[in-house]
Parts: sequence; structure tokens; C-alpha cells
Amino acid sequence: MDDDQGLTAVAAARPAPGPRRRAAAVLHRRPRLRLTLLLSAPLAWLVPGYLGALAAIFLTAFWTTDTFTGEVVHQYTLANFQTLWDEPVYRTIALRSVGVAAAVTLIDMAIGLPMAFAMAKVVRPRRRPYLVVAVLAPLWAPYLVKAYAWRVMLAHGGLADEVLGPFGLSGPGYGLTATVLVLAYLWLPYMILPVYTGLERLPDSLLDASGDLGARPLRTLRAVVLPMVFPSLVAGSVFTFSLSLGDYITVKIVGGRTQLLGNVVYDNVGAANNLPFAAAVATIPVVVMLAYLAAARRTGALREL
Amino acid sequence: MSVSAVRIRDLRKGFGAVEAVAGVDLDIGDGEFFSMLGPSGSGKTTVLRLIAGFERPTAGTVELAGRDVTSLPPFERDVNTVFQDYALFPHLDVLRNVEYGLKVRRVPRAERRARAREALRGVRLEGMEARRPAELSGGQRQRVALARALVNEPRVLLLDEPLGALDLRLREEMQAELKAIQRRAGITFVFVTHDQEEALTLSDRVAVMDRGRIEQVGTPAQLYERPATAFVAGFVGTSNRVGDVRVRPEKLQVDGLDGVGTERGPGQGDRHALGTVADLVYAGALTRVHVDLESGERVVALRQNLAASDDMPHRPGDRVRVRWHSAHEFRVADAGRGDAAEAAPAS
Repeated sequence: MDDDQGLTAVAAARPAPGPRRRAAAVLHRRPRLRLTLLLSAPLAWLVPGYLGALAAIFLTAFWTTDTFTGEVVHQYTLANFQTLWDEPVYRTIALRSVGVAAAVTLIDMAIGLPMAFAMAKVVRPRRRPYLVVAVLAPLWAPYLVKAYAWRVMLAHGGLADEVLGPFGLSGPGYGLTATVLVLAYLWLPYMILPVYTGLERLPDSLLDASGDLGARPLRTLRAVVLPMVFPSLVAGSVFTFSLSLGDYITVKIVGGRTQLLGNVVYDNVGAANNLPFAAAVATIPVVVMLAYLAAARRTGALREL
Repeated sequence: MSVSAVRIRDLRKGFGAVEAVAGVDLDIGDGEFFSMLGPSGSGKTTVLRLIAGFERPTAGTVELAGRDVTSLPPFERDVNTVFQDYALFPHLDVLRNVEYGLKVRRVPRAERRARAREALRGVRLEGMEARRPAELSGGQRQRVALARALVNEPRVLLLDEPLGALDLRLREEMQAELKAIQRRAGITFVFVTHDQEEALTLSDRVAVMDRGRIEQVGTPAQLYERPATAFVAGFVGTSNRVGDVRVRPEKLQVDGLDGVGTERGPGQGDRHALGTVADLVYAGALTRVHVDLESGERVVALRQNLAASDDMPHRPGDRVRVRWHSAHEFRVADAGRGDAAEAAPAS
């Protein structure tokens, strides 16, 4: 067979491109078209459904309600923000909410870091997936069920009282402490997982090297592990902090008479039927979170999300 | 006799069912450049990690300068390690990486700064103090790792394939530098490598390891000229099997039957075998001449390309006489065991 015949045979063996192949070829040549097709569905959802709702809240905060009929009056006013600023009770509630979120975050860091370290560095690699599943498992149970389970445990004469009784102590009962405890329990997986991921990416040789250079384990933790997982800790705290700040159910179930931003919003939407004021209150956690994210961004932590 | 810098007795380490180190005895002298050479999985890195204290042995003892350190953690052993991946702390700049060990040992700030700078000068990295490891090239990171270990003036420096990630030129440069540093500092080096040429050129003595055991310990010349086992004969250089003896490829002389191509005249003690040239492989400085002997064995001879390559006197198919001197023959203890590299072309 000479060369010419060979070439003809090859060309004939190749079928003419079908419509799917042609479409693929067009997409391959036009990266912008590819990007547009990929993003059109998410954007169609994100812009009206997500950002639209946020904008609506913000807009509503500048309206007011007719005190007589309860109807929303579409008239621009700063009255809601004025009330928030002037009434000391709202400042107290805002500060208390931030305090609760901070306490939950610190507790989750204190529990999550050793847990994540054990998972990533101590346990054998083959057993790690089971631990990840164990950490995730509580997330499969409904939120309300978990909160009510705690309500039962913390009830007067409940499990908490019974366990602490022999030590001459009693459970915290319903209130601020209970709220912090339950929130810390609920959001713990959101702290463990990013920290675990961060630690898993930390090469073992760095820990070896630190010990090799004479550092005891605590020193290695302070000088190598903590600085290296700091961005992951911040990433986890973004979850625990924002979820705590927005929560209104836990505080209703175990918080007793405690008021946080979340249930103030809830009460104004429901009982008080003052949607514009609820919207104004709701802007507080948004602003706090934006400030928090801006601070987190400076640590480089957002690249860990 | 002085105390060994490192003394290892019946060292064993198992990982589950696998015995990575299966009974190793070693004595490494003070100030020696000692290499552990072997293929991957031979247990050489595990021995190093056992000396450093990163692993606890299943059995056996490790002594450093006469002191039993078998149960001591790494931070209580007077050794430092240069890791294969360098293990530089990414969040610290070069100077802080180098002074880490001194800081941990509470050396005053002014002194440790001065010593760290001095160590960086020693590896030709002055002016790089403020860089982060990510901003350095592979060779520079390598030198930071070296400075970070040497600044602590350890009695023994452990190096785990430290040049493995570097390209050839940088590798050769760093080899020379390592040797110079070792001579200057007078520290005992324990150097792990899978590169036989690297081990031969750098070391005072080499331990060849295979499957968790030491096959042979000796000077580079002893290992090459008098390999004790078939494995060593095949792993350190290559060897030809002729009858019940072995000969290194460069010791074989290939003569045409009419005398063509003879480099060295016949002499006393010469041995011969007849064969046919099967293949010629040109490799720059050398040409490998593959010859099928009448006995059925294939041997490889190295011929230096002293003249241009097209001057090669032999062609595939030529009848030739392969000649060597009886002094260059050697026997291995376990001749029955197949040696890995024997049939493969010489590298």
C-alpha cells in the first residue's frame, strides 16, 4: 500500500461529525458562550431570588406601618433606625446577640480544634472517613428535634440536673447559658470540618521538623499548628458566628425569657405585625456580619471556604 | 576505639503486617559521610526516621554517641533532619525558619540572629532573610533546610533524599556543596538516597539496603569492585554474568576476530569468550556493546568513544572475542538469586 492510499483510508474511516460534536466544537472555540451557558441558570436564581430578597428587606426597613390599620405605609422614613438607636433595650439586645455569637464561636473553637487535630493527625488515615461521618451525622437530624431534645435534657429535674446532682450542682435551666450551650452544640460540625480540612493539608513533615528542631508538642502547637490553621479557624467561625447571630428558634425553645435579635425580628413579623421594623432589626446582623467578613478577609481566611 | 556517632543494634520496625526494617545493625563513625542506598521500600528512610525519633522501633536499640536514645522523643535527640520535602514553615520567613531551633532552645535574640545569618551565609543565601519559602526556588529551599538544620550544630545530620526534587545540574552542584559543608563542619552525615552514583561519589561508606535488611556495608570501591551479594552487584552499577563469575561492563574488552578494535594488547591472566555483536547503543561518552556469547549469555561491554562515533569498529552481526582480566572477576555469595539489573542495559 503506498502513502496516498493510506491517507484516503484514514479519512474515509472517520465519520462526518454529528450535531453534538459540532455543538461541542463551537463551545470549545467560544469560551464566553460556554461561560454564559454555565452561569445563566444560577444567575437567574441568584439575582431575583437571593439578592432581590435582601434588597427588599433593606427597602422595607425605610417604610413604616399605619398604627391604626397595621398596613405598611410606603413612605421613606428613618424612624425605625431612630427607634433602634434611641431605645437602650435594642442596643442591649444587639450586644447580647453578638456576645452569644462570640461565646458560641469560642466554645466551638475550643472543642473543634482538638477534635479536628485528632481526626487529621492522630487517627489512622483509613479510619478518618468514619469520624467525618460521625461529625456530620447530627446534621442529618432535624434542627427542631435536636433543640427540643436539649429542652428535655435541660428541664427542671431533667438529665442535666440528674448528672450534675451528685456533684452538688444543677443544670443551667432555660436562659442565656442554655442558649449558648445548644447553639454551640448545633454549629460544632461547621467548625470542625474546615479546621479538619486545614489540618489535613498541613504536611506531617512540618510537625516532625518542629520536633526535630527541639520543640515540645505544646510549642509545636503554638508556633506551627495554630498559625497554619488560623485561616481555617476563622472560616469555621464565620459559620458559627453568623448562624448564631441569626438564630431565633433555639432561643425560643431553651432561652426562657432571653431576647436576641432573631426573636425580636420574629416577634415583630408575627405578633407585632410590624414588618418594616423587623426589617430594620434584621439589618443589624447583616451589618455585623459584613464587618466580621471584612475583618476575616484581611486574615486570608476566606480563601479557605 | 572511639564511640560511634550512631550505633544501631537489631533494629526492627513493623507497620501492620509489613516489616519495613527487619533487623539492622550499623555503626557510623564520628565525622563520617555515611549513605544508605536502596530502592524505594527498602527501609532506608524508616531507619533514618528511627534515628531521628519520629518512629518508635518494634525492637532493637538506637545509640547516639554512646547514649541509648531508643525511647527518647525527637526533641531530646542531638540530631537534625533535612527532609525530602524540605518541611520549611510556610508562615515564617527564611531567617525565622533558620533560627527556629535556636529560639526553641532559648538562645538570646541577638546571638540567634547572628548565628542564623552566619548559617545562611554558609549556604550562600545572604540577602534572602526576609523571603517566604514560597518565594524561593527548589535549590534555595533546599539550602534553607540545610541551614536550618546545621545552625543547631547537631552531632549527626540526617538527610532524607535531600536532592531528589532538584534537576540534574542543581543536583550536582548541591552534591559538591554538601560534601564541602560536611568537611568544613566535621558533622556526621547520614544520607539516604536511591541514586547509586550519588551515594558512591559523596560517601565515605555506604550501606546497601533491600527489603528491610542491609545487604552490604563498605566503601564505594569495595561495593563496586567486590559486591557481596547479587543484589549489590545489580544495584550498584551493573554486572555481567559469565559462567559462574561476574564482570563489570567497563572491564570487558571487545576484539574483532581479526584483531580489529583492540584497545589493550593481550596479557597474562586474560580470559576469553566468543560471541556475536547483537546491538550497539550510543550514549554520548560511551557506547554500549551488547554481545551474545556462544554460551547463550548476553553481556554488555562499555567502550569509550575516544574517536568519532562512526569509527566504531564493530557492527551488529560481527563475530567478536570478549576479553577480561581474571583480577576483575568477582563472585557473589548468593549467586542463585536473580539480580534485578543484570539483564537490563547498563545505566
